[in-house]
Amino acid sequence: MKAVTTLAGIGAFTRRKLVVLGQLARFFMQLLMRCGVIFQRPRLTVQQVHFIGNYSLIIIAVSGLFVGFVLGLQGYYTLNRYGSEEALGLLVALSLTRELGPVVTALLFAGRAGTSLTAEIGLMKAGEQLSAMEVMAVDPIRRVLAPRFLGGVIAMPILAAVFSMVGIIGGWVVGVLLIGIDSGAFWSQMQNGVDVFNDVLNGVIKSVVFGVAVTLIALFEGWQCKPTPEGVSRATTRTVVAGSLVVLGLDFVLTALMFSN
Amino acid sequence: MTASTDSSATSNSTATSPVLEFDNVTLGYGDFTVLSGLSLTAKAGEVVAVMGGSGSGKTTLMRAATGQIGVMDGELKTFGQSMRHLGRAELQALRQRMGVLFQHGALFTDLDVFENVAFPLREHTRLDEGEVALKVLQNLEAVGLKAAAHLKLSEVSGGMARRVALARAIVREPELVFYDEPFAGLDPISMGIAARLIRRLSDKLGCASVVITHDVPETFEIADTVYIVGQGELKASGSPDTLTESDDPYVRQFLEGAPDGPVAFDYPQTPAFERWCRDKGVEP
Repeated sequence: MKAVTTLAGIGAFTRRKLVVLGQLARFFMQLLMRCGVIFQRPRLTVQQVHFIGNYSLIIIAVSGLFVGFVLGLQGYYTLNRYGSEEALGLLVALSLTRELGPVVTALLFAGRAGTSLTAEIGLMKAGEQLSAMEVMAVDPIRRVLAPRFLGGVIAMPILAAVFSMVGIIGGWVVGVLLIGIDSGAFWSQMQNGVDVFNDVLNGVIKSVVFGVAVTLIALFEGWQCKPTPEGVSRATTRTVVAGSLVVLGLDFVLTALMFSN
Repeated sequence: MTASTDSSATSNSTATSPVLEFDNVTLGYGDFTVLSGLSLTAKAGEVVAVMGGSGSGKTTLMRAATGQIGVMDGELKTFGQSMRHLGRAELQALRQRMGVLFQHGALFTDLDVFENVAFPLREHTRLDEGEVALKVLQNLEAVGLKAAAHLKLSEVSGGMARRVALARAIVREPELVFYDEPFAGLDPISMGIAARLIRRLSDKLGCASVVITHDVPETFEIADTVYIVGQGELKASGSPDTLTESDDPYVRQFLEGAPDGPVAFDYPQTPAFERWCRDKGVEP
């Protein structure tokens, strides 16, 4: 009897998750169908790129700097064992452009801008603002959600680029200024070893995919949340948890696809 | 129905075709019926008041008329068009002819006072900036808030926010306007001005106004027809004069605010409550 109850519980749980997945897919389609708003009313999207980018710029830049510092130190300790300290620039640049730039930026984005988006949409729902738009014959998905979605998708690769750039400067500060690695070797190894398409472009593709995933989850959670303080609070928590896990999962899949032989 | 229904309710309206028509409509959410057997009409130029106690289904009625919820039974027509089986485009077209003042204002918190009122104009018209500014300031002036146009929403009081919402509801000069509790939170002066504004708009623009409220004196001053709902049905309807003279105990208790009478103070039992009681192991 207990086994049957457990099985029924697992079935109910799976069914609930599948329903949410279906709702998410439908919501994604609704958003995609309204992305034409970027051409019809570009100002709305530009405002959101500015707004969402500003939310996260400081935390992204500071995090990038410290990640660069740590990469510089750790990279030096390891490369020093093999007498290859000159390759520090290459190690820092590849680590940042391929992996850490897109992934850490997406995780920070989920915690900073993602939660803001969820809370904003959730509170708009609680304050009847979205219902008011519908009654005014204004489609809230097109007017409110689509510009935010596009804003997040556009802002993410820009923020990832800022993260990687500041991180490389951090690695240079530690490696060249503090440890004393040759500056020419640091930059020339990087220039020779980093491929624009295989490394930089794949990193950009990753950050765009993460941008879609995190912004979609943030907006979906806000759109679906219970219009109460508790509902909004739970939705913002779910945004961070689901957003972060999806980023890590997608990163594994994308890495396997992009960098396998 | 226990109502004394006055079919010969007088109206100042000159128009004949109803802009809004409920014909024996039943409304509710899920398996819970809020109102049943509701019949109501609002014609162009007419101010119709829907009155009733808290939780009597007044706002549900507005939600059905604006297409936010469907009708469970009966026929609901807006601008002569049935609200059943409406496509999204048709519904949006109908909504463009309506204005709604929400119970809690529903103003956009990321916009200032001016932009809130300008919102429907920017979304649905191609007016240039000067024309938008002129119209918005005219409407803000009508509610006494022209000089508050530049303020953020966080800088205005609750009563002022309701007046901003009122200006936004009427800025496009709609043919049918719903006012959900337009007098709530207003001081006596603002209340009088808001009431006269609603009457004046209906007279001047020829729009049908549906005022959902429980403020008796202001409403009776401006309404052509008053519908009183309660206990899940339409209790009475007629002109303010007719209702004032009515002997119906429900009408009398409502108008006089008497504590004793047929109006039940208790919230009605629902199937959801009965299920909850069963789960708890208690008698409903």
